[in-house]
This record gives sequence, C-alpha cells and structure tokens, in this order.
Amino acid sequence: MPDVQSLVNEFILKLKKRKIEGSQANARQTAVLLRSVISQQRIPYTSQAAALIDAVRAVGQQLTAANPIELAVGNIVRRVLHIIREEDLSLTTGAIEGLNVSSVSDDDSDTDKDDNPGLSAAALAAAARSTLRPPSLQTLLEDLPDSSAIPHTSSSGDNSDGKSKSADKSTKSRKLKHDVIEAVNELIQDIDTCHDQIAEQAVEHIHHNEVILTLGSSKTVLEFLCAAKEKKRSFRVFVAEGAPRYQGHLLAKELVARGLQTTLITDSAVFAMISRVNMVIVGAHAVMANGGVIAPVGLNMVALAAQRHAVPFVVLAGCHKLCPLYPHNPEVLLNELRSPSELLDFGEFSDCMDFGYGTGTPLLHVVNPTFDYVPPKLVSLFITDIGGHNPSYMYRLIADYYSADDLVLQKKAASVN
Amino acid sequence: MGAPKKSLPKALSSDDPEELARVPLQAVLLADSFTTKFRPITLERPKVLLPLVNVSMIEYALAWLESAGVEEVFVFCCAHAKQVTSYIENSQWRSQPNFTVTTIESHNSVSAGDALRLIYERNVIHGDFVLISGDTLSNMSLARALQDHKDRRKKDSNAVMTMIIKRSKPSSATHQSRLGTEELFMAIDPVTKQLLYYEENANHLKGTLSLDKMLLVDNSSITLHNDMQDCYIDICSPEVLSLFTDNFDYQHLRRHFVKGLLVDDIMGYKIFTHEIHSSYAARIENYRSYDTISKDIIQRWTYPLVPDILFPGNSPTRLDRQGMYRASEIQLSRSAKVGPLTVIGSSTVVGSNTTVVNSVIGKGCTIGSNVLIEGSYIWDNVIIEDGCELRHAIVCDGVIMKSGSRLEPGVVLSFKVVIGPNFVVPPYSKVSLHQQPTVEDSDEELEYADNSSDTIHSSTKGQVDKLNGGSSSDLSEMQQQSIPELGLGGMGYIWSICEGCHEEEWKHSVAPIPPEKLTEITRAIEDDLDIANMDRNAPASSGELKPDTQVDSEDDENEDSRDDSVYFEKEVEATFLRAVNENIKVDHVILEVNSLRLSYNMQSADCAGAIFYSMMRLASQLSHSTASELYKNVGSVVGKWRKLLKSYLPGKDEEIEVILKFEEICLESAKELSPLFTQILHFLYDKEILSEEAIQDWETEKADADESDKIFVKQAEKFLQWLREASEEEE
Repeated sequence: MPDVQSLVNEFILKLKKRKIEGSQANARQTAVLLRSVISQQRIPYTSQAAALIDAVRAVGQQLTAANPIELAVGNIVRRVLHIIREEDLSLTTGAIEGLNVSSVSDDDSDTDKDDNPGLSAAALAAAARSTLRPPSLQTLLEDLPDSSAIPHTSSSGDNSDGKSKSADKSTKSRKLKHDVIEAVNELIQDIDTCHDQIAEQAVEHIHHNEVILTLGSSKTVLEFLCAAKEKKRSFRVFVAEGAPRYQGHLLAKELVARGLQTTLITDSAVFAMISRVNMVIVGAHAVMANGGVIAPVGLNMVALAAQRHAVPFVVLAGCHKLCPLYPHNPEVLLNELRSPSELLDFGEFSDCMDFGYGTGTPLLHVVNPTFDYVPPKLVSLFITDIGGHNPSYMYRLIADYYSADDLVLQKKAASVN
Repeated sequence: MGAPKKSLPKALSSDDPEELARVPLQAVLLADSFTTKFRPITLERPKVLLPLVNVSMIEYALAWLESAGVEEVFVFCCAHAKQVTSYIENSQWRSQPNFTVTTIESHNSVSAGDALRLIYERNVIHGDFVLISGDTLSNMSLARALQDHKDRRKKDSNAVMTMIIKRSKPSSATHQSRLGTEELFMAIDPVTKQLLYYEENANHLKGTLSLDKMLLVDNSSITLHNDMQDCYIDICSPEVLSLFTDNFDYQHLRRHFVKGLLVDDIMGYKIFTHEIHSSYAARIENYRSYDTISKDIIQRWTYPLVPDILFPGNSPTRLDRQGMYRASEIQLSRSAKVGPLTVIGSSTVVGSNTTVVNSVIGKGCTIGSNVLIEGSYIWDNVIIEDGCELRHAIVCDGVIMKSGSRLEPGVVLSFKVVIGPNFVVPPYSKVSLHQQPTVEDSDEELEYADNSSDTIHSSTKGQVDKLNGGSSSDLSEMQQQSIPELGLGGMGYIWSICEGCHEEEWKHSVAPIPPEKLTEITRAIEDDLDIANMDRNAPASSGELKPDTQVDSEDDENEDSRDDSVYFEKEVEATFLRAVNENIKVDHVILEVNSLRLSYNMQSADCAGAIFYSMMRLASQLSHSTASELYKNVGSVVGKWRKLLKSYLPGKDEEIEVILKFEEICLESAKELSPLFTQILHFLYDKEILSEEAIQDWETEKADADESDKIFVKQAEKFLQWLREASEEEE
C-alpha cells in the first residue's frame, strides 16, 4: 500500500505540474495507476466490490482535483469504477444462479440474519436481469432505484455477499479482482489502440481528390490521414498552424514526411480557404455528454466557418475522451489559461507591463486560453474507436461506458470529507 | 486529440535522467536576503515565508527547483532560522520522492559570502549546483542552461559560473517602475557569451562607463547591454564555494564575487551568461518588485506557478473571467464589486458594497461593508471593519483596521497592528508592534546582524503580550502611549523614516510612482538625451544656415553648459570632500578630478575654480568662532591640498580664474570670508599658488569694471600696492 500511495503521489504531482501532455497519455497512465491500486488493494471478505470502488474513488478524487481540466483522467476513473460494478454484478448473478441450484443448504446457515428476504430477492432479481442484457437506457433507469435502495438497506448487499461468501468465498475474492484487472488491461489496450481503431475507418470518410482541413496537431488526425493515404487515396490537406503554439507546423512536417500533399495556412486564412474544403477533420481535448467538444483554441471559429459553407465538421476522439459531464460555462470553467509568454516575449513588452504609475493597473492584459468550446450543433460527426456517431447520440455511448453512480466523483468527496 | 505533442518535451526529459543519474543535481537556496528592504515585516517573519499571492515565496522557489530537475536542495537559513526549518519540516516537500530538502542553520552569517563559506565547510556540494535566493521566482527550464554549462566546463575548466539573464527594456523609467531597481550594464562576448563587465547602480556614473581597454584587446567583439535584467539564478561549479572561502572578504554575490572575478581575474576563472527568452524569472528585492511580481503571477506569466494550479502550499482556486481568482468557501456579498486581477483566499468574507480592485486578499479575512481596497496586499486573518479605505498598501497577518480608518498609498502594516477608528495612516509609513531599532546600520549588507536582536525582540514582545494579558493597567498604559500614534485603541509604532532614505521611499514602495516623480524621471532621461543630441547637433547646426535657429541652439548650449558647470562643481566638491574624509592621496584625487574634467568637457581653469571653491567651502564649514580662526582653517586646508590646486594652475589664466572665483565665493556663498579677502590673497601669494603677474592682471582686468565689481580690488589696494612696489624694487 505505501508504494501505491507514492505512485499516486508522483502521478498527482505530474498532473499538477502539467507535465504529461495529451489526453491519451494521461488516460493511459491513469489506467495503469488504477490497475496497480486495484491489485494492491486488500479485499475484505464482505463487500469486496464496495471496497474496491471506495479505493478507486478515493484515488480518483485526488487525481481529478490535481488537474480538473484534464477530463480524460476523470473519465478513466469512472470507466474503472464502472468495470468494477459490472464485474461484481456478473459475479453476483453467477452466485445467484449457483444459489438457485443449491439454495436450501446455504440459506439455513444465515436465516437469522435474513429478515427481509423479499427485498433482497427483488434486488437480486433486478441485478440478475440487468447483467443478462447488455446495458441500455432502460436498464440504467431500472438501476436507479436499485442503487438508491442500497444505502438504505445495506443488509441486502451484505446478504448477497454473505451468501456468496459461504458459496465460493475463496474463489470469488480472487476472481473479482482478477476479472477487474483483466478488464482494466483491456481498457489500457483500448486506449493504446484507439488511434488505429479510428484510423481504420478513414477510407470510409476520405475520398479521392478531396481537400481536408485541420487545425493544430493531433496524433489521431495524423494517423487517420495517413491510414487513408496508405489505402491509396489521394487527397490534399490544409493545415492551419494553430497559434500560439504553432503545432500545425509539426503536423505539416509529419504529413509531408509521410508523403501527403500539404498546405500550411494561418489560422486567420481558414475562412478564406473553407470554400475549397470538402471536410474538416480535427482532434478534440474532450467530448462532453451533450455532444459539445472541448478542443484546441481556434476550432470554434473553424467550425463556424465550416457551417457557413456547409462543410462537414468531423471530430475524432478516442473513447477515453468521452466525458459523462454536461458542460456548464465551458469557456471559463473547462479552460486553462496558459502563460502569456507564448504570445509575446516578456522583455519586449516589459514597459507595457509595468504597474508602477497611474492607478497601478496595467493597460496591457494578455490572455492565452488553451481550449475552445464547440457546441454540438456545429459538429457533423464524431468518429470514435467504435464507429461514427451523431452528436445527439453521445449520451447513449456514455451510458454504455459509465455507470450513473459515478458521474459525480467530486461532489461526493466534498460531502464525505 | 488535444493540441499537445509530447515528442519534444519527452526527448528533453529522457535526456535529463541520464545526466542526473551520474551526479544528482543540487541546489543552494539562500533563505535570507541579507538586506532590510522588507523591514519591519522581516523583524517577525523571514522574507522567504512572506506570502506572495497567498503562497510563501519559498514555495515558488522550491516548486521551480523541483520541476527543473533538481534533486537535492540545501536551504540556508540565518535570520529566523527556526521558523524556516519548522516550515520546511511541516511542508509537503519532506515527502516528495526524488527531492530532498535539507536545512542548514547558521546564526552568525551576515552575508551570502558567509553562507557559502559555511556550506563549503559542510562539504555537501559534490558537483555543479544551482544557486538562488529564496525570493526568486522562475519557470524556466534549466536543462538547456545546465547542458551549456557542462559543455563549457568540459572545454574549459575555468568556466565556474553561468549567470541567467533576461532581456528587458533599456529605459531606466521602466526599470524603476517595474522592479524598483537601477540600471544594469553588462559587457558580454557575443560568441562565447562570456561576461566581461558588470555594473549595477550605474546612476552615479552619470551615463559614463569605463571599460578596461584590455577587454578590447583580448576580445574581438563585445556587446554592451543595458537592456538585460539579472535573474539572480546562477549555475555554479564547486570551485565557486572554494573561491568564497579563499577570498574571505567576499560578502555580496554580485558586488564582490562577480566583480572580483571580472576585475581581479583570479586564476583566470570565467563567468558566462545564459539568456532566457520566453520563460519568466525575477527576484523580489523590495516592495515595488513584490507588487510587480504579484501582478505578473496573477497575469500568469509564471505559468504553471499560478494560483489556480495546485502546487504544495496553495489551496484550490478557481479562475474566473478577467483574471479573478477565487478560492473555495468564500463569502462574497452580492453587492460587492470584485474587479479584475484580484485573488481572494479561502474562507474570506467580503461585505456588501465593498470594492476590491487589483488586490490580493489572503485566507480567513473578514472585510466589512463599504470598504475600498485598491492595489493592496492583504495577508491572512485580517479584519477590516466597515468604511475603511486601503490604497496600495501591504497589510500583514492579524491586523485589525477599525471602522473608517484609511491607509494612504505605500503604507506597510506589520503583524497584528491595530489601527484605531477613523485614523489616517500617512503615505509610505511603516507600522509595526516593534519599535524601530535605534541604531541604523548604515552598511546595507551587514544589516542582518539582528539575528540575536531578533530573539530579544520576540522576548520583549512576549513580555508585552504577557503584560497585556496580565495587568489591565499596563494595557491601558500602553494604549495611552499609542493613542497619539494610531488613533483610539491603536497598537503599534509608526517607524520614523530615516532622513537619507526619505528620498528613496517612493522608489521601493508598493504604491505606484507618484506622477510628479515619474515626470521627473522621464525628464531626467530626456535631458540626458537632449544633452547627448545637443553635443552631436551643435557643430552641425552652427555650420548650417538660419541664424535664428543658430542663436537658439547657442542659447540652449549656454544653458546646458551652465547646468553642466554646476553639476561639475558639485561633483568635484563631492570628490574633494570624500578625499578629505577618507584621506585619499592627492595623486588619486587628481586622477578622479581629471576623469570628471574629461567627462564634462571642462578646462583646467574650471577645475581649479571648482577645487578652490570646495576648499573654501570646507574651510568655512570647519568650526570657527572668529575671523582669525577661519583664516587659520583656510590656511591649513590650502596648505594641505596645495598640490592638488597647483596641478590645475599651469599658467596665469587659470590663476586669474581662481581669483575671480574667490571673489564670487566671497560675494555669494561665504560672506564671512570677504573681510579676509586680502589676507587670503596674500597667503595664496606666499604659498606660490598665485603668481604676482596673475594678481596684477586681475587688477588691470578689473580696472574698467563697474564700481560694484571693484569692492575687492579696493579692499586689496594695499596688498596690490605692496606687490607693485616689491616688483619695482626688484627691477
């Protein structure tokens, strides 16, 4: 446990210092860290899933507090929590099925405890139903009363665990953890391969002699374009440079190195060029539950230009970027203002920056936001690693990936602490 | 995917660990500035623990060191060593992996030099190390500078130090208004980046720099900079420590060490510079830079060391529009106006109709209604009652401002001061519970001798507290004492501003420079420029047409030269007085006066006049009661400095100038000398300072002057007659 804590602390420090760049790297490291948290977590015989969930949630709270802007971290924490719940459910239903076969002998051992069999049976039945079917909106709705019932009658949860404990306590404790770790491993693999998964769909979207416009630099976009190129599609790419960090320059270099016809333009030339563009393909920082996109600064302008000329605006996003939260005041609250020195050199402007006279208010104020918020109505299509989706479909994807209990990581932390 | 690309930083950071694996990078952090700029606050708390935008200064320094890849930090603490040590003990830095913080305490170090000597004795530094002081703030990446330093070391083992510099605007008004520092001049070899010359506080040189001509012989090219700012971040080799030990008189890092290395050329050691461009680095030297750097932080130049990003020592803060930072759990009244560029710490309460602009408010403060806070820094747990006004002030922990009190710009309230109701604290005053130390240390660096006195202070304070709690009579007595100073119920002493620094007060205060002073500075700069332009333009314009403009320019020139001669006289007098006080050899004085003469483009007659003038001033200032004593004084001064005067009197003309000057003195500045005119003239003649011809020529020159001009000729009639007779006799 102490070495896990030190790992956690180290990662938190990195997050605080903004040392890891890119949501994919952040997501992957979070998953790896949570895996080691889970594997090191000592599990009590009763309520194993709850113990795991508590442990993961505790770490998750620290991580999200360290860098609230990096939504991928919170997403992965929620994904892992969801995985634990699912695995627990599937094991429980397995245990129920076992119970149904040989119920009598086990039941009499703890009949004295089992004073409300009706309720627990109903809960178990609901749980069983939900695991048999793939999660859907309906099951989610059904889950809600269930989860609200658990805090009131914690005995029911205990009972189910108590039964399973007597049934196969030795195997289950190992099995839950094992299963969860397996699933987290799959998640890590998903994150690793998300670029390839997205890139596979490239041929379906990019056609011959098309002109593609992108802004800034994104690994996903790069792989996507290159995958189309490998499939012998010939097309041209306009890259807007993405001030003030000019990552577009890097992307242009990469594209040229891979043999793509590339044109580099300034951000301000986007509107002038958009009429010649067949499709805008960009990366995102995060995709919110309403289908809105937190994206590198400048993309809102591109999206508006694309809408004006009816050019499809396609956003590529790995599943780890799907955030189950709805944006509230995203331009401010989900933004990060970086150092103004990226815009201009401090020394050059030091005389504008002095506060030494007048009212002490500097006349020059440099603002350097990192992200833009692109509202869902401007997005034509999302391409994730499981296919293309409409913005209005995002909430369904989210329901698949996250459980409703975990949506608010932070608020619970406040009430607990 | 978000904009970030990891290829670049990754490559750098993967480079780092290899480098660091061999020798862990160490740093020495001097948690003591060895100055008294922050008094009276620093009487109670060391400067590095003072909050800067609600986080202790030392946290910024440590956070930067940690992120720059330093693994071991030695915090050297001297004044209030206990406080610094216990702060570090309780901070999160103790639990950081791969980062150790060790404190070194000392009680008898009075300067950075002493500190480094002590560290050398401890023998803890094994390789290259970063030397910063605890009040430095930066977000630069050290990797590049370190690499350069190491490469240079490989080639030339004498490259002992790399100094980090940063470009800034060369105007001295900017320097003054931004950081309250003087201009800095550096000469750097543009190819190797070697530092060749370093001069701060260049003001007294009046715009002239003297470079050793050997610099020009040895280096093919030199760039001179007045647009550089010293960041006070140095990468040093272990030799630096031993150099300090060898030269035990080195105290100040820049004034002694750097200059010593550059001027004395010890063992051929060299200092190099590394210029940073986009990253930020600055040092808090005085209240003015405290103000400026706080605002730089709020404007996020120091990213990622900004309030809304968590690093050890700050609390979660949210950034709203227009640079408003709000911590959690603050109570802000609906009618309170919080303007841009403000920071409000956690659990602070702000009352209704209160206006907060450009200010930083700490944790747990209570601010009443109808309060105006503008450009101020309010630390933790301060209580400000209704209707107070604060403009450009620093208010330390635990201060209570009773309702209606007002702080004028530049006020500093130290810990736990109480300001009585409706009291107005005058501008630039410093208020503390401690009384001002009576003996002011004149030498700036040796001022931190009060480590011992500090303990006394705290003990007396403890006594005061005890008395406060113990007997009410004492309490009331104390209150009575302080009533006249800080209003009813006020507690604390207003420090009297020492005479010398009164002029400086506005320079280093948190308050913006008052407009009149600013115009003064800019005018001074413009004047300098004008003079420079005039010198260049004058010959050209005189050669050109347009008589009227010519006249104008001549007029200007005359005015200028008059100004110049006044300045020149003052300078010469200052030099002479210094020579007298410090017993400098006559030869040296002659040298100095010569250099002044060259820089002001004066004749030796002017020199003679100025020197004579200063001699007479000195003589008349020496204590005397009767005319004969005065005469004796003159005699002794002239006798002593005869050689000096004589060296500027190569011929008759200069001697006449001296006599004319003497007349002028007697008429204007020192009337008491006028009765002695003849006697002194005779004395000068006796001492062979003035020749017979000169005196006679003076007489003939004066023959056709106004009656009023002839007073002294008449007075000296006898003497002149005697002279004439003597010469006739000789013939």
